[in-house]
Amino acid sequence: MRKAVALLLVAAVGAAFGAILVHIPFGEDKIGVANHYLQNGLSETGAANLVTSVVVTYRGFDTLGEVTILFIAAVGLGALLFSEGKPRDEQPKDEASLIVRTGTNLLFPLILLTGVYVFIHGHLTPGGGFQGGAVIASGYLLLYLAWPQRRVNRNRFSAVESLCGVAFVVLGLLGITSGMGFLANFLPLGTRNTLLSAGLIPLIYIAIGLKVGSELAGMVGDLMERE
Amino acid sequence: MTLIEGTLILLMLVAAVATSIFKDLISAVITCAAVSLLASLLFYLLDAPDVAMAEAAIGAGLTTAIFVLAVRKTKRYEE
Repeated sequence: MRKAVALLLVAAVGAAFGAILVHIPFGEDKIGVANHYLQNGLSETGAANLVTSVVVTYRGFDTLGEVTILFIAAVGLGALLFSEGKPRDEQPKDEASLIVRTGTNLLFPLILLTGVYVFIHGHLTPGGGFQGGAVIASGYLLLYLAWPQRRVNRNRFSAVESLCGVAFVVLGLLGITSGMGFLANFLPLGTRNTLLSAGLIPLIYIAIGLKVGSELAGMVGDLMERE
Repeated sequence: MTLIEGTLILLMLVAAVATSIFKDLISAVITCAAVSLLASLLFYLLDAPDVAMAEAAIGAGLTTAIFVLAVRKTKRYEE
């Protein structure tokens, strides 16, 4: 009985959404603001990667919100695990196999380098702060998998994360002091398609990348170290 | 829609249904990661490399690890 009602509800909601979605013209350029970004994005922000110019400049405030949500999630996870248990005892735990350990030694610097490359070049190539940060965190995950009992200095993660969060907001506030508004691109745009271009965007993406990376790595560390 | 895109969507649907059916939560996590991985391939084919990177790194990589660690801390089998 309950299953039948649930199925009926799902069908009804699905039909309602379907009826709305049928009328949305996907893939047609009808939205004025999208056309504006496509035509003027490069000249206004100097970022060759249009997605980045939207994420960091036009919708920079949303990005600040996303970073805040991620921060709250990390704090919540830490609080949940902290109330449950102390850091795990130093029980002897199996190390990963030689292959994993050697592979980690070889790959970890490369993964870190890739992550940093992705967020430093966020305004030129696909990717950006969130993607680069996630790559860095997966490098730390590999480190934890190879040596489950080894401790990473977590205070350093917290310090990097806090500093970068503050840097993001301060860079935004500097836009106000320059008279152009919060998170405005007040630095010179530079030459297109070079590393030092697009003004504020690389700086903000470096802050976001380091913040997301240290945050996610800290989350993985929380889960690995606390029982 | 090309043949490849159709196949990817079909596989995604299969993996998503499998995720909701499995009682073994580790299997469910793995099929969930498969949905993310296929979605990231699809994003790449649809010329959205930014989203594809985010989906591959976060959806298929980190989320899976965090879910596995969470399952290890709680219960493996759903009642």
